[in-house]
Amino acid sequence: MQRYIVMRVGQSVIALLILSMIIFALGRVSGDPVIILLPPDATKEAEDLLRASLRLDQPWPIQYWEFISNAAQFDFGNSIKAKRPVLEVIGPKVANSVRLGLAAMVVTLVIGVPLGVLAAVKRDTFFDGGAKLIAVLGQSLPQFWLGIMLIQLFTVQFDLLPASGTGGITHYLMPAFTLGWFVAAAIMRLLRSSMLEALDGEYIKMARIKGLPEWKIVWKHTFKNALIPVLTFGGTYLAAFVTGAILVETVFAWPGLGRLVYDSIIWRDFPVLQSLVLMIAAVVISVNLVVDILYAYIDPRIRYN
Amino acid sequence: MATLSTTAAGGQALLGRSWLALRRVRRAPVIPLAIILFMVFTAVFAPLLSPYSTTTPSLADRLTPPVWQEGGSWAHPLGTDALGRDLGTRLMYGGRISLLVAGFTLLIGGGLGTAIGLVSGFFGGRLDAALMRSADSTLAFPIILFAILLVVTIGPNMANVVIAIALVLWARYARVIRGEVLALRERDFIARARVSGCSNLRILVFHLFPNTVNTLLVLLTLQVGWVIIVEASLSFLGAGIPPPTPAWGSMVSGGREYVDTAWWVSALPGIAIMLTVIAFNLFGDWLRDTLDPKLRQV
Repeated sequence: MQRYIVMRVGQSVIALLILSMIIFALGRVSGDPVIILLPPDATKEAEDLLRASLRLDQPWPIQYWEFISNAAQFDFGNSIKAKRPVLEVIGPKVANSVRLGLAAMVVTLVIGVPLGVLAAVKRDTFFDGGAKLIAVLGQSLPQFWLGIMLIQLFTVQFDLLPASGTGGITHYLMPAFTLGWFVAAAIMRLLRSSMLEALDGEYIKMARIKGLPEWKIVWKHTFKNALIPVLTFGGTYLAAFVTGAILVETVFAWPGLGRLVYDSIIWRDFPVLQSLVLMIAAVVISVNLVVDILYAYIDPRIRYN
Repeated sequence: MATLSTTAAGGQALLGRSWLALRRVRRAPVIPLAIILFMVFTAVFAPLLSPYSTTTPSLADRLTPPVWQEGGSWAHPLGTDALGRDLGTRLMYGGRISLLVAGFTLLIGGGLGTAIGLVSGFFGGRLDAALMRSADSTLAFPIILFAILLVVTIGPNMANVVIAIALVLWARYARVIRGEVLALRERDFIARARVSGCSNLRILVFHLFPNTVNTLLVLLTLQVGWVIIVEASLSFLGAGIPPPTPAWGSMVSGGREYVDTAWWVSALPGIAIMLTVIAFNLFGDWLRDTLDPKLRQV
């Protein structure tokens, strides 16, 4: 187990290092910042001075080292748009995104789990068909478009829900639903097939022979086992949530990290964008690490693979 | 007597099989196929089907509603956008962009992933472990962020969008094809190929690869929809193919301001995305059930 943990931590660190190198390299190929920052008639001396003050005259390895050691101290430079340290720009947005993410997760579980189980238990019935329809739509509707259409329906037509920003619980409904449906569809499909497989098991026949009530067979014996394959995709769901959050926060003008990604694209605010990518990547990689270690702890077969 | 009964049984089996085949054909997804063919047709023949330009503004006609709504006319059956450009024309040309991006991305990403999967599964060992670890990391990373970064720094154009999505796409192919190769590698025909003196390369290309084609076809079809959505998302965020080139994602984005007065500007490109994606997904589901039922989990 110890060996497995050391190995997984090592892999995560390497993944993060590779990513930081790519980000660093992209920052350098996107053009000389000195030329962008200075007026076109600037003198050669002014250019050299600025280059030295940005430390762009140093060799690349030294520049890279400064980049990651600053990043490790949460110093990401200044935002081009806000003209303030990047961390000050990002900081206040974190809580908003976490709140929206949790709301979306509730939506995902409320839609995905019952429908996945129902579709498997009532296989090839009306319920199965309905669940399939919801899953297909969830995976085929572009989230940014779904959000706009919900605004069109519930704000413009019926004037029921607020179209943008944060506030009371009504502000959460449309963004959380838009964000949650996509992952709910994935969970539903996976849960359905793993429930079907589990329902086929010998121990379920045994439970039936013993005369257990059907709800107990479904929820206690089948569901618990069917959940394992669904949980292995935890990292993938997180990735889908992050991707979705960028689109959904943009549509609903939600003051979170996703909206900030959009703003920094529009403003070509590279310092903010690179910090966001690095920080979100660090979070995603850490979550994956924790999930994998927990998983190896629960299921010994993984450690020796 | 014995031969007679076997032939009878054989005949019955044959009959059963062709009946099954018939059922399969009957269950073929006619509507999704029709949608796909329609999209491809309008994308290919767009210049012949429409007299309008996709970029020239015509301010006198701005925000004309579709023909079935009051104020609409047959001059612009699907209405016009905020600059008075014919929406139907832009949808057809937008379909071109979507299909082209999907085609190139799947070719590059799928090709790369397949090659990696073949090599990884065939040679095994440390190389395999390293490659599969990278594939897993790629799959669990919100790769749209990376695509955004790439497109923002190097510049938004079709080639960069294709590269960015392909860099994400390879991982699933690598995983699935490797799994196939692991099973195939133990089969007798591979051992025989080796005994008869085939090189590793020859075994990979002529013996293993052809046996993964079914799987590959299914995966490719199932991912057309995904690529179209990612491309549209990037365009929507302003990190895809830049306007005035019509891409479905940026068309949805362009109509956002008019949601309360001109619903069609945003709604119609979204419907185009949705129909195309659903059609490819349903067609892919059918192809999988027909060619390769064991892929159900993918």
